[in-house]
Amino acid sequence: MAGTAVRGRLTWQTATVGAVMDETPAVRTLSLEVPDWAGHRAGQHLDIRLTADDGYRAERSYSIASAPGEPVAITVERLDDGEVSPYLTQELRAGDEIEIRGPIGGYFVWEPPGTDGAAPLLLLAGGSGVVPLRAMLRYRSRVGSSVPARLLYSARSWAEVIYRGELARLGDGVQVIYTLTRQQPPGWTGYARRADPEMIAEVAWPVTQAPLAYVCGPTNFVEAVAADLVALGYPPQRVKTERFGATGTP
Amino acid sequence: MSPISRGFHRRHQETEPAGRVPPGQYVTSDFPVLSAGPTPHTALANWTFSIEGASSPASWTWEEFQALPNETVTVDIHCVTRWSKLDTSWTGVSLDVLLDAVSSDAPYVLAFCDGGYTTNLPVADLKGGKAWVAYNYDGNSIPPEHGGPARLLVPHLYFWKSAKWVRGLRLRETDAPGFWEMYGYHMYGDPWREQRYAGD
Repeated sequence: MAGTAVRGRLTWQTATVGAVMDETPAVRTLSLEVPDWAGHRAGQHLDIRLTADDGYRAERSYSIASAPGEPVAITVERLDDGEVSPYLTQELRAGDEIEIRGPIGGYFVWEPPGTDGAAPLLLLAGGSGVVPLRAMLRYRSRVGSSVPARLLYSARSWAEVIYRGELARLGDGVQVIYTLTRQQPPGWTGYARRADPEMIAEVAWPVTQAPLAYVCGPTNFVEAVAADLVALGYPPQRVKTERFGATGTP
Repeated sequence: MSPISRGFHRRHQETEPAGRVPPGQYVTSDFPVLSAGPTPHTALANWTFSIEGASSPASWTWEEFQALPNETVTVDIHCVTRWSKLDTSWTGVSLDVLLDAVSSDAPYVLAFCDGGYTTNLPVADLKGGKAWVAYNYDGNSIPPEHGGPARLLVPHLYFWKSAKWVRGLRLRETDAPGFWEMYGYHMYGDPWREQRYAGD
């Protein structure tokens, strides 16, 4: 449990919305121009603060979707009964200003080998839990790492898969395996069920390769998948998790 | 001056009495789960709760722990990720009872847990009917993902201080950061002062 140095104060700063990109009908990626960004690690998150014209404020945390060294970006899934995500995905425009602070977190992060040998990377995503894992994959490409990586991505349907085009172009050394739990396109030959022990045993790197696993998604997904990995012999400290709440944090 | 987000407004009217919910929090009826790794499962036969670092340390088996006087309390809990849950009901042993079993003037503890999690707390925040080691939630055993068989319950601080799967306290002369505190979260974590991160 190696800690990083405790940082100084995280101050709020104003970010300007740059490019806006729709990933799926309910998911949007916002790139943020932040004048004074200290840099981030793959897997960290940031806080956003919105202020209404009557002074009402709301804060939320979002995973950072971009790799270290890239401009800050977040990918937001709209939750219809949410307060902040509908605004971020439907109202916010390029050029608008919002407040952010970060980066936050230091445990659910991936660093390319050097620090961790050639440990193969196992990424397990449920729904929008793919966001911080995408930052890790982009970082892996960006630094030219040859660490073998596998992503199992559980989504309800093909239309709800985030970063579809990008995940198809990851190139050598990265395998992306989908399971579509509710609806599959005609001719689908991939998995079509919720992640279960048999599926995890099929996609997981053998324990003998000392893999490093990152699991992110809704609680049920993360609880089940992390337990499956431990049952396969993964040491718990090699299985890092990040969970959403019962209905997701808006 | 914070920029105003035109078109952004409060979606949910506040129904809680003023002063019930700390700044920056919203009320949820769910019970979200946040943990950094897999949920550990310790057999009750192997479970102990220990207080270390005193001249005569104390330790209880699960059976001995169940025999200690317990309390059922209804408290509000506040997670640093911004959800608050009101009127949660827990049964457990007051830290007053547990700390009475040892003789120590140490001002801090580091709580330790199955799975390797730790968190630091001042002893003063554990005494005076403010903190418990809880083993029941809402009348039933605490589900493993919520920290069962037993977790700390220190509701006046952000909920990461209420360590899941707690197995004991190490008394300390100095305050040392625990797991999340090493990653930049606040050493104390008072939700009413929004002490989320170091320096807040």
